Amino acid sequence: MRGAPRGMIVLRPESAGEAVSLFAENPSAKPLAGGTDYMVLWNMGEANGQSVIDLSGVREWRSIRKTAAGLSIGALVTHAELRDDPVVRREFPLLAQAAAMVGAEQIQNRGTLGGNIANASPAGDTFPALAVYEATVKTVSRKGDRGLPFLQTFSGVKKTSLEPGELISAIDIPYLPKRPYRQLFRKVGTRAAMAISKTVAAALIWLERDRTVRELRFALGSMAPTVRRLKAAEELVKGKRLTPELAAKACELLSQDVSPIDDIRSTAEYRLHVSQNLLSDFLLS
Amino acid sequence: MISFTVNGKKRNYKGPPFKRLIDVLREDFGLTGTKEGCGEGECGACTVLVDGKPVTSCLIPVCQMAGRKIETVESLGKPERLNPLQKSFEEHAGAQCGFCTPGILMTASRLKETDAESVRIGLAGHLCRCTGYMHIVESVTKAPNPLQERRTSALRRRRVLARRGKQR
Repeated sequence: MRGAPRGMIVLRPESAGEAVSLFAENPSAKPLAGGTDYMVLWNMGEANGQSVIDLSGVREWRSIRKTAAGLSIGALVTHAELRDDPVVRREFPLLAQAAAMVGAEQIQNRGTLGGNIANASPAGDTFPALAVYEATVKTVSRKGDRGLPFLQTFSGVKKTSLEPGELISAIDIPYLPKRPYRQLFRKVGTRAAMAISKTVAAALIWLERDRTVRELRFALGSMAPTVRRLKAAEELVKGKRLTPELAAKACELLSQDVSPIDDIRSTAEYRLHVSQNLLSDFLLS
Repeated sequence: MISFTVNGKKRNYKGPPFKRLIDVLREDFGLTGTKEGCGEGECGACTVLVDGKPVTSCLIPVCQMAGRKIETVESLGKPERLNPLQKSFEEHAGAQCGFCTPGILMTASRLKETDAESVRIGLAGHLCRCTGYMHIVESVTKAPNPLQERRTSALRRRRVLARRGKQR
């Protein structure tokens, strides 16, 4: 089956305010940003006859702004823009690296950060980075604005906790209080490009003067219905010195926070094993 | 009506707004150089430039193209007068069946760095089932790179000026 353009109703707001009004009046319409996920479904004929709110005319959500607390990344900023932005690269390198691993050049030029979040794939490559940077998802609807802690934005596979009529306007990321001692972004996929991750990790660690761990932030994607922080492992290493024994214990605790599955891309066993290796390498390298 | 430019020409499109860019280019404007491979944005065959950036035209509803500048493989050269990149593909056997070639040419035409490693990364969003990629990479690395040449000649000029400065 094919997508049939004649059956589609396209709403084309030219401002954020207009987008919010149109979505309030058409709550079943699908907001469309870069279309890199939606159009795949549509091409298969699985979205025929739908109403779409094309957000490409909303200029307000296309820029990266510096605020006193950090960066405010407009929902319609593309992965290529994130990848190339000098401030993102300097302050939030894991996000820039993740953006550079999404699809390939052509997808990075179209896909947006807000669209990626709204799509809520368990395998979203930027999600572990946003989880360790403790981003806030800013939304807007007729009821007003609100900010969702990043991890609470997802409620399941391809499901967000956004309310009907609510659109993502920006993703706010606070500057880190101190440079991390070590950081990691790693995507494990079948192909170097265009692959959907088997597991994808982002991590930050800070040490005290006496080499004990001040704070560990470790997040994994593709390992549960939604992106996860490794709470148990993070808690375990706090205040301790990084030893092989401690890393082994942290790896044992990993499965408390994730629940990998067997699917067409990988097996639960492989995903868990690789993720444990990533955690162990990060703690001991 | 949706207005944009295709290969430098102003175009007004009056059909359904959710028609895909690739179908508009091929069916409405007769630009059949752009090919559809997978229809999922995985293979890169349908790559065109929008505002100078490579994108997969099978994933774009034409309503999102208002005011944009679109370039297809027809903008590069003519069969009797290939552009230098196309000539290099001809010389180095960069095309076999040719189905993936128009898309690859579009992405390759925008590569800033054209050493083998950069070309492999830059063309990662393209699949070719014939060549095994060796000849494609060679075709790009051996072609003159207008984007880079502009920069290296600026660098060279700066270096020459610096040297002259020292001699004085």
